[in-house]
Amino acid sequence: MSVKVRNLTKNYDTQHAVDDISFEARKGEVLGFLGPNGAGKTTTMKIITGYLPQSAGNVEVCGFDVTAQPMEARACVGYLPEHNPLYKDMYVREYLEFTAGIHRVPNPRQRVDEMVERTGLTSHRQKHIGELSKGYRQRVGLAQAMLHDPQVLILDEPTSGLDPNQIVEIRRLIKELGREKTVILSTHILGEVEAVCDRAIIINKGKIVADAPIAELKRQFTGQSIVTVEFGERVDKKLLETLPQVQQVKSLGANRWQLAAAADHDLRPVISAFATKQGLTLLELHKEVLSVEEVFQQLTR
Amino acid sequence: MRAIYFKEINAFFSSIIGYIVIGIFLVLMGLVMWVFPEYSVLEGNFANMDTLFSMAPQIFLFLIPAVTMRTFAEEMQTGTIELLVTRPISDWQIVGGKFFACLTLVMFALLPTLLYYVTVYNLGAPTGNLDSGGILGSYIGLLFLAASFVAIGVFASSLTNNQIVAFLSAAFLCFFVFQVFDLLSRLPIFFGKTDDIVQSIGIQYHYDSMSRGVLDSRDVIYFLSLTAVFLAATVLSLGRRRW
Repeated sequence: MSVKVRNLTKNYDTQHAVDDISFEARKGEVLGFLGPNGAGKTTTMKIITGYLPQSAGNVEVCGFDVTAQPMEARACVGYLPEHNPLYKDMYVREYLEFTAGIHRVPNPRQRVDEMVERTGLTSHRQKHIGELSKGYRQRVGLAQAMLHDPQVLILDEPTSGLDPNQIVEIRRLIKELGREKTVILSTHILGEVEAVCDRAIIINKGKIVADAPIAELKRQFTGQSIVTVEFGERVDKKLLETLPQVQQVKSLGANRWQLAAAADHDLRPVISAFATKQGLTLLELHKEVLSVEEVFQQLTR
Repeated sequence: MRAIYFKEINAFFSSIIGYIVIGIFLVLMGLVMWVFPEYSVLEGNFANMDTLFSMAPQIFLFLIPAVTMRTFAEEMQTGTIELLVTRPISDWQIVGGKFFACLTLVMFALLPTLLYYVTVYNLGAPTGNLDSGGILGSYIGLLFLAASFVAIGVFASSLTNNQIVAFLSAAFLCFFVFQVFDLLSRLPIFFGKTDDIVQSIGIQYHYDSMSRGVLDSRDVIYFLSLTAVFLAATVLSLGRRRW
């Protein structure tokens, strides 16, 4: 187990920023930390990296307790803090070599070249970090986090403020990293979790409200399976209500209907058979999928 | 510590800060030593370097805080401190790296003044008639004084994320530790009774004592502990997020 968090609590004065949370992250897994602003995502990450001390509970990284063996634990963590702080007056290469020096990476020049290439910074390596666009700065931030080849990567909102193309590229890079490492990333962009993560933890007001693989998360919180249908002809509402398994019928106007059934039932075959039987034209038939967005809203309201 | 040391040194010399500090110091020192008639060696009748050793601390009073003000304040302002303290290095290594880098810059500024020694040496009548031991002692004293000022400056910088606040508080603290105790000791309540104790808390007393060319272990211990106290305070201040 690469990251083990047990009964972690963090109090600021009287406020519980993180309230008794426990979770684990495995190697080869991208874990998404999801939650509204101020939910405790960043605080949790700061504790894992050893920046902030916890009020109670413990955190283990690669088998090292972050308070008892801080140096060993920090050595196997790569960290990209929120807002990606960088030395703007340093050159890209200079900064990465400095980072390599701190971590005592063997063959620093070679390793820096490797990282520069991998993050797509080759054409910018001789530039001042201050001259770079936000997307390239983010790559520098990722490069410094990965430089010492840590087993665990903690990325706090790695795609915030990037344009759509940059987001796609950074996500691809993270996904690639996730195959060999443990990646924990926080975000409030829900699509990101769906696109990148294998598993999501949803935090609200310092507490974990959900911890499951993405697919399961969706299934778990879909209360009903909903189907939208449009017929070519007028249909009596009562007729639709008599269909097997239909729990609810709602008119969407102009022969459009929304039918609800229990979560594990699919109404589409039933409706299709019904249309054939009644000689109706089926113009539209599709199943609504509850998005992570809706799950998120339900859980954190 | 090495990586941080070299990073800081590079920052001084890849930006204008390093050159400005050395430039200002040498211009001021040159003016005082050779041009201003009131202080100039050429106008005085003695071949000595007292002018340098009495003026250098005054210049350091504002120049060293200018060197040290960005060490931590800037990192806290930009947030890079968060990355730095989560690296597998101790807070002592971070503080040490920055301290030695600033001290090195001050030494670079002092280095060219060794030329003054050569000049004054040749001005003496007969040539070479000067107190070399005293000068060596003074240089060592000046280095210790610079180290204390740098430690104070680094500490002041670790207290705030505002560089101007860091500069002003460092300048004030340096002045306080350097001269205020000496001045206070002349108050009637201390005078003639405990004035030497009050005096000996300040830097001036120990600096003057070293300038005489006598390397007293008490002075050395004083400077080393003063520096260590402020470096330890910096480490404490850096760890205050954990309180």
